[in-house]
Amino acid sequence: MSIRGAGRRLARQCNPGYRSYSSAATPSARLNLPIDYKSTPLLHHGPSSISSSRELPQSTNTKRMNLYQAINSALRTAMSASDKVILFGEDVAFGGVFRCSMDLQMEFGSHRVFNTPLTEQGIAGFAIGAAAQGLKPVAEIQFADYVYPAFDQIVNEAAKFRYREGTTGADAGGLVFRMPCGAVGHGALYHTQSPESLFSHIPGVRVVMPRSPTQAKGLLLSSILECNDPVIFMEPKILYRAAVEHVPTESYTLPLSKADIVKPGSDLTIISYGQPLYLCSQAISAVEKARKGVNIELIDLRTIYPWDRQTVLDSVRRTGRAIVVHESMVNYGVGAEVAATIQEGAFLRLEAPVKRVAGLTTHTGLAFESFIMPDVAKIHDAILQTLDY
Amino acid sequence: MASLLFGGRLAVRSVNRHVQLRHSAVRWNSSISQRPGSATVRFPGAVDSKFTSEMAFSRPSSSPAMPTYRVMDSDGVIVDKKHEPTDVSTEEIITWYKNMLTVNIMDVIMFEAQRQGRLSFYMVSAGEEGIAVGSASALEDHDVVFCQYRESGVFQQRGFTMKQFMAQLFANRHDSGQGRNMPVHYGLEYPRIFTISSPLATQLPQAAGAAYAMKIQALQNPNNPAGVVACYFGEGAASEGDFHAALNMAATRSCPIVFICRNNGFAISTPTLEQYRGDGIASRGIGYGIDTIRVDGNDIFAVREATKEARRMALENGGRPILIEAMSYRVSHHSTSDDSFTYRARVEVEDWKRRDNPIIRLRKWLESKGAWNEELEQQARTDLRAAILKEFNAAEREKKPALKEMFNDVYESLTEEQEMQREALRKHLEKYPDEYNINDHEHGIKGL
Repeated sequence: MSIRGAGRRLARQCNPGYRSYSSAATPSARLNLPIDYKSTPLLHHGPSSISSSRELPQSTNTKRMNLYQAINSALRTAMSASDKVILFGEDVAFGGVFRCSMDLQMEFGSHRVFNTPLTEQGIAGFAIGAAAQGLKPVAEIQFADYVYPAFDQIVNEAAKFRYREGTTGADAGGLVFRMPCGAVGHGALYHTQSPESLFSHIPGVRVVMPRSPTQAKGLLLSSILECNDPVIFMEPKILYRAAVEHVPTESYTLPLSKADIVKPGSDLTIISYGQPLYLCSQAISAVEKARKGVNIELIDLRTIYPWDRQTVLDSVRRTGRAIVVHESMVNYGVGAEVAATIQEGAFLRLEAPVKRVAGLTTHTGLAFESFIMPDVAKIHDAILQTLDY
Repeated sequence: MASLLFGGRLAVRSVNRHVQLRHSAVRWNSSISQRPGSATVRFPGAVDSKFTSEMAFSRPSSSPAMPTYRVMDSDGVIVDKKHEPTDVSTEEIITWYKNMLTVNIMDVIMFEAQRQGRLSFYMVSAGEEGIAVGSASALEDHDVVFCQYRESGVFQQRGFTMKQFMAQLFANRHDSGQGRNMPVHYGLEYPRIFTISSPLATQLPQAAGAAYAMKIQALQNPNNPAGVVACYFGEGAASEGDFHAALNMAATRSCPIVFICRNNGFAISTPTLEQYRGDGIASRGIGYGIDTIRVDGNDIFAVREATKEARRMALENGGRPILIEAMSYRVSHHSTSDDSFTYRARVEVEDWKRRDNPIIRLRKWLESKGAWNEELEQQARTDLRAAILKEFNAAEREKKPALKEMFNDVYESLTEEQEMQREALRKHLEKYPDEYNINDHEHGIKGL
């Protein structure tokens, strides 16, 4: 991210004893270390691991991409596949503030890729109308934190459009709202939020959050080309540049409303989505290293609503223990829905209470982010407590 | 609500300069510069503004109110003969008259039916039938309409049948909305009128998006006849943020859309004096760079002519939005849930009813042409009333939609969760059949 680069440059020029404005790992840290995206098992560091995936295409053509490049590739693929796809939002024409729409206006013309005035409710309403008229609009909200002016349009209009039209056959199912979300170390109150649970309370929209470039491309292509319901597609912005992996160059889709078991295990199930999966993976490694024989399952929900209850319940019925991890606040968050479903659907198999490791019930004050968010240490502790219950 | 986070945007922009951008749509800021001694502003935000050394604030009070266009006066006399409609037959004008009359008679019957508790809610459009029918008569069938809720005349003029009106009002199995919406929330597949939703002004930016889609579709397939979107709303709804978003987006994206504002003086109990302090809604159009006209909403000819011309202009040169503000007076209560005499004088309403009304105005014109008389009037009223009551009675006796329709169409297909809930509800209804009116619905419990 640009401001980070600027920060680093600044740091080099200033005295070497500078203190970072955002939290860095303490010298003594053993758990809360920076995620090493170059070695994490969650990313495809070579074409070989793609071939072992059952969902990804088995061709050998791959290209190393970060998340924004994968989004860009998916958008290009979708726009090439269907001239119904149009792309708009604030600042998308020059490539977008996160580079997701880079070069697309040049390739597809300014009638299909364009800037809108600075109005989220306008962008959302415009997308609904274009979808109702048969296009497949992909509308960008610059940050998920700024989706609230469009809340009325999404909740009262997009979500309810097909239902209220009934047999006239009209719907707004062709639309996708893309929005960068999640913590980034220094986003404070309005560049950090993840409002997925707000949208998951609304029947009629689908809420999706990918964990990686390959996932992002496949899930975004499903959302645009194959899904006839409105989709809220949330992109963890911290991964835009950080997560780099091999991505199949061809067009492929990944199923919506289908969770993904990213690591099988037998003693405990962790359910998460988006960036915290990397934290979970790191915490799992630490526990499994310290306790030989312990084996922990990690599930990526991918689609937050309507979600894959069956995969989660099957897993917890096998392991008897569950933890839900997400960045957004714990109160009435996704963890509440998942935990309630688990206690109802796996009650007799549970060996421990279902734990939730999630954002604290406060706002993300700039200087406090590292204390507020779930991290490796918090997840690590939750795993130990759940195993030892 | 743009982001402050990215000093990076500047950095990226400089990187982009090295990219060959050949797109004509890109307007580089550097192409606008202030020449020394120039008499005109060259700031990018207002490129044609002249400098002045006189400090004077622009005052809305110093501009006259936008005039109101009319073709005939309240006695049905054509003011300027060259605007007398010549492109339509008298027969067609009689259909418009009958369409206004139909809505008016239906309103009286349904308002009374609601008072008797036979339907949950109703909204009449007394005094505004001319705006609805007149504007709709200027549209083509492939044009698309977005409504607010007081545009029954648009539905009537576009071929919505009395059976369809009644099915929706009684939420029976023939209702295209499958009994899901409140009364008066009509929808029509073709000629398309999107189903009405209660949240005010939400349809405005949607209409802009739909108009943009029509423009793109016409570009991609020149065999499609070019169409426009007509979008209706009241002067109260124009205070919503969505109005601002819509007009600005329609202007910046050059969408072929005709915005039609029904300014009837009241938003429920709120008079326009508490709604805005500018010159109505029309003056705002200018601010968005939109060609605008104000018309006499009780003059069906003025409304039709303005809409017809607006439609033509909206399709010119790749498209642009047009704003029509149609002035009228809401002679009825806001809805069946409102007693308007708690906030306005009965005498004022009676005065409006007596003095001017779109139906009487057109009737006088027809009579002056020898095309209408008291006998035809009585016959028409009797026939229309009978036809309406026939559908009323049939609709009231119809079953409600099958119970499964409570879940259908939330998503394209039922989610697992919905399947589970449907099964749970079925078991519950089988256990407690006496607690619910299951058999009011088509196929009873089997319809779930």
